[in-house]
Amino acid sequence: MKVIEVNNLVKKYNDFTAVNNINFSVDEGEVFGFLGPNGAGKSTTIKILSTLLTLTSGKAYLNGYDVQKEPNKVRSSIGLVFQETTLDERLTAKENLVFHAMLYGIPKKIYQKRLQQVLEIVELTDRVDTLVKTFSGGMKRRLEIARGLLHYPKVIFLDEPTVGLDLQTRSRIWEYIHQLRKTEGVTIFLTTHYMDEAENCNRIAIIDNGKIVALNTPEKLKERVSGDIVTMASADNNRLYKRLINEFGLEAEMIKDGVQVETAKGETFIPQLISKLPNEITYISLRKPTLNDVFLKLTGREIREELLDGKEIMRARLGRRSRFK
Amino acid sequence: MRAIQGIYVIWLRDIIRFFREKPRIIGMIGQPLLYLTIMGTGLASTLRPVQLPAGFDYIDFMYPGIICMSVLFTSVFSAVSIVWDREFGFLKEVLVAPVPRWSVALGKALGGSTISMIQATILLVIAPFIGLKLTFLALIKLWLILFLISFALTSFGIIIASRMETMQGFQVIMNFIIMPMFFLSGAIFPLKGVPGWMEILMRLDPLTYGVDAIRNIFFAGTPAYESMVTFSLTQDLTVIGVMGVVFIILATWSFNYAK
Repeated sequence: MKVIEVNNLVKKYNDFTAVNNINFSVDEGEVFGFLGPNGAGKSTTIKILSTLLTLTSGKAYLNGYDVQKEPNKVRSSIGLVFQETTLDERLTAKENLVFHAMLYGIPKKIYQKRLQQVLEIVELTDRVDTLVKTFSGGMKRRLEIARGLLHYPKVIFLDEPTVGLDLQTRSRIWEYIHQLRKTEGVTIFLTTHYMDEAENCNRIAIIDNGKIVALNTPEKLKERVSGDIVTMASADNNRLYKRLINEFGLEAEMIKDGVQVETAKGETFIPQLISKLPNEITYISLRKPTLNDVFLKLTGREIREELLDGKEIMRARLGRRSRFK
Repeated sequence: MRAIQGIYVIWLRDIIRFFREKPRIIGMIGQPLLYLTIMGTGLASTLRPVQLPAGFDYIDFMYPGIICMSVLFTSVFSAVSIVWDREFGFLKEVLVAPVPRWSVALGKALGGSTISMIQATILLVIAPFIGLKLTFLALIKLWLILFLISFALTSFGIIIASRMETMQGFQVIMNFIIMPMFFLSGAIFPLKGVPGWMEILMRLDPLTYGVDAIRNIFFAGTPAYESMVTFSLTQDLTVIGVMGVVFIILATWSFNYAK
């Protein structure tokens, strides 16, 4: 069953198009990722799917409900964990959870049991009566995930779930997410601009400038990069670049501090190259492709905030300003 | 059913948070007492209103006004906490919950009213100390009136808060809407005898009718009635009632379209 279906979705802010005619669907029980730089349209899409924003044109269905026409049914079917905290810091962890349960119409008998369950999953049982303002960033995020699960949503949206958290906490949160999927069968829809995180997904949509530029499994996406990535440098990178193209017919690419080529078999390619270019190469490295390489290949850019141009910064800002509807 | 749950949760949250913020409780009791003791005593000794019969002084006149002032400030401030909730993110949690938006607005209006009523009740305790009689029946009447006033004012605050992006605008609202509402309400000087233009403004200020309604209860049947009260209780209640209905409708409506 398709738990999310999006057809020709468009979202415009005045004459600026944040989401440009995208189509995709998500199966039940899937971990689906949206990968792209800030301002690519990830958060806007999530906000439309979670009824926080209205769409300009197109159709979006969640759990079979039209997000425009049946917002309350959609809201009952989803759990949300936003980039920034939406907990009430002046209430205790338990009060935050109980209020959530009440807002979602869960009877007391049921929520008391579930409260224990979700708190165990995120290991916050012993902090249940503590004010949230005393929690660390990681604890708040865990509590938010617990709260998002309390009403047994069909889909849980995680908007940059681990941004600003240390590595250890990040991997713990991923453990929780995988556990949830196993035990609760919940569909997980997440956005990220961390490549390594996106590899946890069953399928990934790469989104750039409001469009989906690729949608596939992480393995299939990585196949788009034809083989291994060899990065090298010389005293004159420009000369090296030209020689690689002219003498070897390689599709070389200039990168920061060097030149990069893709090759089918890196291990045999490197000795050959070095023997044919004596005294040219000062540095060489070989690595397997990551999703960052895929993104680079598809969009010609790396996913890094500093690479945003003016238009994209504006896009990011617009997305931020329209956080609430 | 969902709607009632929504109203209850929003209301309960306001009450829990109120009792946790000790400085706020002290401030909201202390401020009106300061007004009453310092400003009241000071003005009473210089102004000496001639038309007041023996046994009544300026503090008696000002006291109902100060109750209204604290209700005004507390109600509006409670409602404006929506802006904090927006800045700190909690508002989003409420907006994606499967409860109708109007129930959130109504819960907020009831929460603010409850807190205002608690404060007003504490202020009513000092009535006997300044020489005003307070019967049980009068207390019930006052509670009903105060509830109407605070409900209308919290709803008014929600209308403002739905349009406010950040807390920075609050100072402007305070200086140009809330303070004039208080000054023109007849809380510290009577409507009789002011210049014509000001009387018009005072008659337009909805809070004027709230202050007058409370004076209506306190001074009913006393020799000071004529000099203390401007309108009849029916007039006052009609204005406050209409104000409550109009403001809550506008509040839910603007909350629905709030960003």
